[in-house]
Amino acid sequence: MDINKIVKEHTVKKASVKNCVSAFISGGLIGAFGQFLLEFYQSLFDLSEANSVALMVISIIFITAILTGLCLYDKMAQKCGAGVFIPISGFANALTSCALEGKSEGLIFGIGSNMFKLAGSVLTYGISTAYLLGIVRYFFNI
Amino acid sequence: MKTLKFDNVYLLSSASVANRIENQGPLRGQFDAFYEDFYCGEKSYEQGEIRMLRDSFNLALSKNNIKIDDVDLVYGGDLINQLGISHYFMKNIGIPFIGLYGACSTSCLAAINASIAMQNNGVDCVATFCCSHNATAERQFRYPNEYGAQKPVTTTSTVTGAGTMVFSKQKSNIKLTQCTIGKVCDFDFKEVNDMGSAMAIAAYDTLIEHFKNTKTKFIDYDLVLTGDLSNIGLAVLKDMFTVQKYQNLDRLNDCGLLIYDIKKQNVFSGGSGCGCSMLVTIADVFKKLEKMTYKKVLICATGALLSNVMIQQKMSIPSIAHCVVYERV
Repeated sequence: MDINKIVKEHTVKKASVKNCVSAFISGGLIGAFGQFLLEFYQSLFDLSEANSVALMVISIIFITAILTGLCLYDKMAQKCGAGVFIPISGFANALTSCALEGKSEGLIFGIGSNMFKLAGSVLTYGISTAYLLGIVRYFFNI
Repeated sequence: MKTLKFDNVYLLSSASVANRIENQGPLRGQFDAFYEDFYCGEKSYEQGEIRMLRDSFNLALSKNNIKIDDVDLVYGGDLINQLGISHYFMKNIGIPFIGLYGACSTSCLAAINASIAMQNNGVDCVATFCCSHNATAERQFRYPNEYGAQKPVTTTSTVTGAGTMVFSKQKSNIKLTQCTIGKVCDFDFKEVNDMGSAMAIAAYDTLIEHFKNTKTKFIDYDLVLTGDLSNIGLAVLKDMFTVQKYQNLDRLNDCGLLIYDIKKQNVFSGGSGCGCSMLVTIADVFKKLEKMTYKKVLICATGALLSNVMIQQKMSIPSIAHCVVYERV
């Protein structure tokens, strides 16, 4: 009896198309919402585009953190997948959820050391890549 | 391994404590108590789990007026590192204790150990317990509870609940008659989001061994229950028995599918965790044995023995299954 063959027969195919479509729509909606905020801040506060981008990013992070705390973000992510994972909201959720989880172990060993448990990889490789590319740019653009 | 036979192990009392989601499932109202949320009135999820365990233990004793001094020995376990829940609960009890880890197979593992102690070592009354909690298991084995990961449909949902059984030599309606201890099995399966398939091989191995040793088939039992294979693992197991030309597979079912309604409840492919088989055994099987709906039930609790560190080192998922037979006297 070939167990691997039987298991293979029962392997559920990943709903790639469905996931792609829902990610496209939800990610697009977040993008459109970001664009709306960007233009709204620009016209309301008479800000430069660069300053307005920063404010828009902070707003998205804030909203994500609130949704995570209200136990709504993970339910949204189950439906939207990469649509809410790829934008800055995914990063914000990784930080907030880890911090919330660490609450029961206190400020230092709980929240402080757990907060970057998932987002740490993004920072490590983000900073390393930026550093490497910076060196490359320095030598070839001088 | 031989199948062990017992002639003086009776179920004296049992109690189950569940949570809201379990009590919305098909076993609604069958639990002795249930809590509305994961904290159970405590400060953290872990302390909530300890509370559920304490409640189930106290209920099991008080139901049959068992005094705490009458219990000679306790076997129990949970899913949390260093058996944190069990040990922090037992520190206030003052009865000799042996902690067991068999992942989700602990419910049967504890019953087997209790029977061996009673049969061979003159112990008169043994309590066994096990518990699991969705939030504590999630944060230890997977991601933080509020992390937005998209889980595949093959995932199982850890049951939040605790159960306690008290066995004694004093005669009662339900008797534990046989057990088969399983081997650690592995077929190089690495998909952590499909533990049902990983455990199917262990369930198959132990059940085949049990059937061979006792010269029985599915037809000899009113019900054969696996622990937490979920609908995918159960389908794999049924196919394995079909290949071996076993019949009456309709008698084979899974606790993870009995505790939740996987079509209506948001639990992916079924329930898991050591609370799963424990709650179904106490809240469903024992009650039906008592009412004579069933005469003889075989329970095969399955456990995925994965370790987070080993999985990150690209190792596969070993699994184990233990069988216990309960009979109506």
